[in-house]
Formats: sequence, structure tokens, C-alpha cells
Amino acid sequence: MARLLGPLLISPALIVILLLFMVPLAASVIGAFEVEGAYGLGNFTKAYDFYTQDIVFTAVIVGLSTVLTGLLAIAIGGYLTLGENPAAVAILRWLYRWPMFIPFIVVGQVLRTFLAKSGLFNSTLVTLGLLDPLSATSYLDWRGVVVAFVWKQTPFVALMVAGAMASLDRGTIEAARNLGASRLRILVEIVVPQVATTLLVGLVLSFVTMMGVLTVPLMINAQAPTMITADIAFRLSTYRDYGVANALGLISLAISSVAAWFYLRINMRQGR
Amino acid sequence: MSASAALIAPRGLDRVQNLLWWLPRAAILGALAFVIFGPLANLLLWTVAERWYFPHALPIDYGFSYWGRVFAPRGNALQSLVASISIAFFTVAGSLALAIPAGYALARLRLPFRGLVLLAFLLPQAFPNLPVYVNIARLFYEIRLNGTVLGVVLVHVTHGLVYAVWIAAAAFSAVDRDLELAARNLGASGLKAFADVTLPLAAPGLMASAIFVFLESLDEFTGSYFVGAPDVTTLPLLLYSAGAGGNYQIASITALLLLVPSIAFMLVVEKFLRTDVLAKVGQ
Repeated sequence: MARLLGPLLISPALIVILLLFMVPLAASVIGAFEVEGAYGLGNFTKAYDFYTQDIVFTAVIVGLSTVLTGLLAIAIGGYLTLGENPAAVAILRWLYRWPMFIPFIVVGQVLRTFLAKSGLFNSTLVTLGLLDPLSATSYLDWRGVVVAFVWKQTPFVALMVAGAMASLDRGTIEAARNLGASRLRILVEIVVPQVATTLLVGLVLSFVTMMGVLTVPLMINAQAPTMITADIAFRLSTYRDYGVANALGLISLAISSVAAWFYLRINMRQGR
Repeated sequence: MSASAALIAPRGLDRVQNLLWWLPRAAILGALAFVIFGPLANLLLWTVAERWYFPHALPIDYGFSYWGRVFAPRGNALQSLVASISIAFFTVAGSLALAIPAGYALARLRLPFRGLVLLAFLLPQAFPNLPVYVNIARLFYEIRLNGTVLGVVLVHVTHGLVYAVWIAAAAFSAVDRDLELAARNLGASGLKAFADVTLPLAAPGLMASAIFVFLESLDEFTGSYFVGAPDVTTLPLLLYSAGAGGNYQIASITALLLLVPSIAFMLVVEKFLRTDVLAKVGQ
């Protein structure tokens, strides 16, 4: 009886995950190969014909956003760890976290108004005399999507990276400083290699999250090329075409798993 | 005289140099503050803008007439707010009902494949969910759960379980086992020891997990879109359709309604999430 109690207590929660996550996921994999009652690659050839451009666009946009997020997170974490002025470090620590608490749909709405042709971004540049009002353009295309992703994900990765950097042994850093190394060199050669695993975990999670976001491409970048998520929504709402939607979903999963595989490989090499 | 001046001069120079360093620092921190708070300021301006069009840098007329429209009894917004909050409450209730026994088992009892079980709850968060929602929608359509509050709640529960279960397990792990044993020694039954000792001590951690689930449900868009729309309209769905219809005032007011609990609860959660609980999350 006592041995059965644990599995018994946990099974209701597990059944929910099984029925509402595993089964639909399996149905998606099977459905991607289903063409009018038979099995075949029809959905994939259709997806390839219609959406190759969007698939490449998605991979490039999400990849670029991940790289920029990583660089900014290192810069923020690095300054929090190596910064010498306590006041500046405190201001940065207070400042950088805000977007983390803001849901993606609100990020989409907030940046749509901010980056529009008449938005506060352009009008501030005009007021400062940095931009001629006539040459103001809207940033609501791929640039808007990248800004939205980086804006929302950087605090999350920076928080993880800064935490890992804070728990490093200060001895090597002080030693390098005493030998006259610049802070940038200490960051690149000593600090970042030691927190590489944490950085990678954060970036893989960010990559996967960005691959699944529907609202940002819908709200910021409605024109072609757009992201796979928007195509899936369109396929369903306009055509009720589950086959191609499932195929696109599987392609999106495949791109995400490249990131996961990349992470596992590095992780295993470290473990050796 | 000249000797003491020479001694003082380098120190003064140091201070000037230190002050000069504030120029690049202020420029970078200022730019960062603009990048972070500029978009939020833009949102706040839209919530009180009666008229605002290009090339005006700021709204032409200010007022609260759109707030009146959002909160009018016949307005769709009030209905969405009620729907969103009730869905979030049902989601919290459902998640905790599943997570309290599961969390206790993970923290205290012997379980085969414990690591795999923990991982199973993480999957819905870590995987791109779109292909799953597509098929849940199809499944729910067949059993007539599509477009119902129950359907949306079920999707939200699945998504929120990772916070509920992982944090609940950590909260139970952080409870001192000796206190439970003491209660048992004094003659309390297993269930009574759990209800009178373990549960109250784990309550702050469970509260934190409830807040996470609540926020997750309030902000969730994709699942609600596929399963709920157009019959069940939550705040994110209203925000999306108001924005798509070009009504930036209604969209911005809705966005603000979503933002306030997110930021307020995040500040509260920091109080509830004690370090001893945090240290045990995911273990």
C-alpha cells in the first residue's frame, strides 16, 4: 500500500499531461503525414512550395534574435559583475529586469505603437534633431520582430548569466586585474567561458520560446514573409487545413530540436 | 606650499576623472532607460489619448472617454475581464488540486522514474506548443469542448502544471521532516499531520506557485485563441482583436489591465518565494 501511494498521488497530474500534451503531440506528428485518409508526404511538399521563404525567415529571425540576446545578456551580466561604480551597477540592476515581467502579447502591443512611423521612438529622434521628420519610417517589419524578441528575452538570459557570474571564484578575476588585464579581456577570456553552459541553457530556452510565439509576428509583422506560427494560424483559421498546419508545426519542432541537439552536444562534451 | 599642491593635485585629478566617467555611463544607462521605459510610456499615452495622429509627437487631446467605453456595462471588455479572471481562478484551483498530491509525493514518497516524472511536467513549457494546440482544438471540437470555459481552463492547467508541481514539490521538501514525525509521535494520523503541520508550513510556497499559475493563465494567448475563440473572449484575445481593428486606445487600456497584475504579483512573489524553497525547485 505505502509503495503504491506515491504513484497514486501523482497519477492525476500525469494523466492530464498525457491526455492534453502527449496525445495531441503524437496526433500532430501523425497528422502531418496524413493526406486524405492515406499516408504520404503531401503536406510537406505543400508546406515547402508555399512557405519555404517563411521557414528560412523564421530560422534567421529567431537565430539573429538569440545571438543579440546573448550578446546583450553578457554585456549586462558582465557590467553587473565587473563594474566598479556601485551606483551605476545598482541603477543597471534595477533597470534591466522590467521587460521580463511583461507578457508577449503586451510586448507586441507596446512595441507596435512605439516603433510605428508616428511612434514615440521616431518622435523622440525628431525632437532631439537626430532624424528628419520626412525620412521617418515604420520599423514594423522583421526589425520590429527582432526588437520585440530581444527586448523581452534579454532580461531572462541576463538574470541567469549574472547569477552564474556572481558565483564565480573572484580569485582568478582579481589575479588577472592585478596583472593588468582590461575588463573587456577578463570578461571575454575568463568570465564568459566559465558561464558558457548557463548562457547556452538560457539561449536554448529563449530560442524555443521565440519559435512558439504567435502574437508578436501577428501584431508586428503581418506582411510576407512572416513567421511559421502566423502561417499555422492562417492555415487553420482560413482553410481549416490541419494537414499542412501539422506539417508546419513539425518543421518548427525540427528547427527547435536543432537548437536542443546543439546544446546537448556541448553539454556532453563538457561532461567528458 | 608647492609640495603640498603636488600632493593634492593627483587626488583632485582622480575625482575629476571619476566624474568624467559618468558621461558615458549616463549616456548608456539613459539610452537603456529610454529603450525600456519609452515603449511603456508610449502605451500609457495611448490609454489617455483622445486624438493622436502623425506627425504630432504627442497626443492632441487627452481624456478618459475610452476608459468609460472599456468599463461600460455593455462593453465587451468588462465581459472579457470577468472571463479572464474566472478562468484564471479555475485554472489555479485545478492546478493546485493536481499539484498538491503530486508535489507531496515527489517530495516525500518513493517514486519510480522520479526524474522522468519531473521532466514530463516541464515539456509543455519547454516545447513549442502550436502543433499541440492545433490538435487539442481538433480533439475538443469533436467532444464539444471547443469554445467552452472548461476547454480553455484545461489547456491552461496543462500549461501551468510545471509551476504548480515543481514549486509545490520544492515547498514540501523545504518543510522540516522532524515536525511531521513529532506530530505522528504525539498520535496524529498521517492525514492529520499533513493537514495540521505540513500543509500550513508549505503554504507560502504553494501561494507562490498559485500566483505563477494565475499570471500564466491571465497572459496566455495561443491556447485560448485556438480553443476558446470566438465564443470565449479573454483579455489577451480582446487586446489582439482591438489592436487588429486599429483601436489603439482600447488595445492599450487592455494591455495596461494585463500589465498591472503581472508586475504587482511579481513583486509579491519575491516575498513568498523563500530562498530555501527556491534552492529546491527542480530537484
